[in-house]
Amino acid sequence: MPTWGCLGLQDSASPLMEQLTYFHDHTMFILILITTLVGYILINSALNSLINRFLLENQEIEIIWTILPAIILIFIAMPSLRLLYLLDETNNSSVTIKTIGHQWYWSYEYSDFLDIEFDSFMAPYNMDSNLRLLDVDNRIPIPLNTQIRLIISAADVIHSWTIPSLGVKADAIPGRLNQVSFLLNRPGLFYGQCSEICGANHSFMPILIESISVDSFLNWVSSNS
Amino acid sequence: VCAVRQVALCQLVHTTAILFTMSSAIMASNAKLETAPFDPRFPNQNQTKYCYQSFVDYHRCQKIKGEDYEPCNYFKKVFSSICPNAWIENWNDQLESGIFPGKI
Repeated sequence: MPTWGCLGLQDSASPLMEQLTYFHDHTMFILILITTLVGYILINSALNSLINRFLLENQEIEIIWTILPAIILIFIAMPSLRLLYLLDETNNSSVTIKTIGHQWYWSYEYSDFLDIEFDSFMAPYNMDSNLRLLDVDNRIPIPLNTQIRLIISAADVIHSWTIPSLGVKADAIPGRLNQVSFLLNRPGLFYGQCSEICGANHSFMPILIESISVDSFLNWVSSNS
Repeated sequence: VCAVRQVALCQLVHTTAILFTMSSAIMASNAKLETAPFDPRFPNQNQTKYCYQSFVDYHRCQKIKGEDYEPCNYFKKVFSSICPNAWIENWNDQLESGIFPGKI
């Protein structure tokens, strides 16, 4: 979850998000280098009182500063395309969870075993014990290190289901089933918020995933069926 | 866990016990987690057709092969996992009333 003054991406909870973060950091590094270089040249030129009266043609430098950006772009494009195709891979999921957006709460259905259904409302703010606008009454238990298929839909208007630390976001559209696939590689609590304007309480329908061991998950399933 | 005496042997037994129970637990746990498989007919994000097609195929299968034909339950497993329960209830009501729009 984001903490106060959080400027960058949240810590990743899935291998794909980890790769996305690495790509972001790699590209940001190149961009900062370029910006610093350009900024330095600009300032230097602006503060320089000398004038070069014979500044003409310059074929060599023109070639260099055409080829060099092309090479830099290739260095950015290669990891980008690798990641693009990696995100698109088909996965053999072990668990399917359905989530339906309502005004203004999410409901979850686990139908692989015996049917488990529950609603998840935002918890009222209790200053000592919970996070304002982020905590819910019923969390979503998800087994660790298991490929999860999440089917997202809505019952009334368009909502959007997202968890930033998993790099997952998909619209919840009435009459349509959107599939996202992810794998949690560490235990913990991961937060998200509805990401498509859906009425008065759009800001007040958060999502909270609880990543637990496979055994704990199976215990939860059998105790809730 | 292991007392001061005979630490090495105790630790060896303890570690082996943990590994054995862990591996059998992991094997047993993963064996229980099974869901609708990836269907190459529906490789993309929109899985609406997968849900609808499985539902329709289940009822067509039952109509052709009879109510007791076990392999039809594959379709039932798929649509139960993929389709929202509200949709399934709605379609079942429509089937009972004879107003289901699809061809069974």
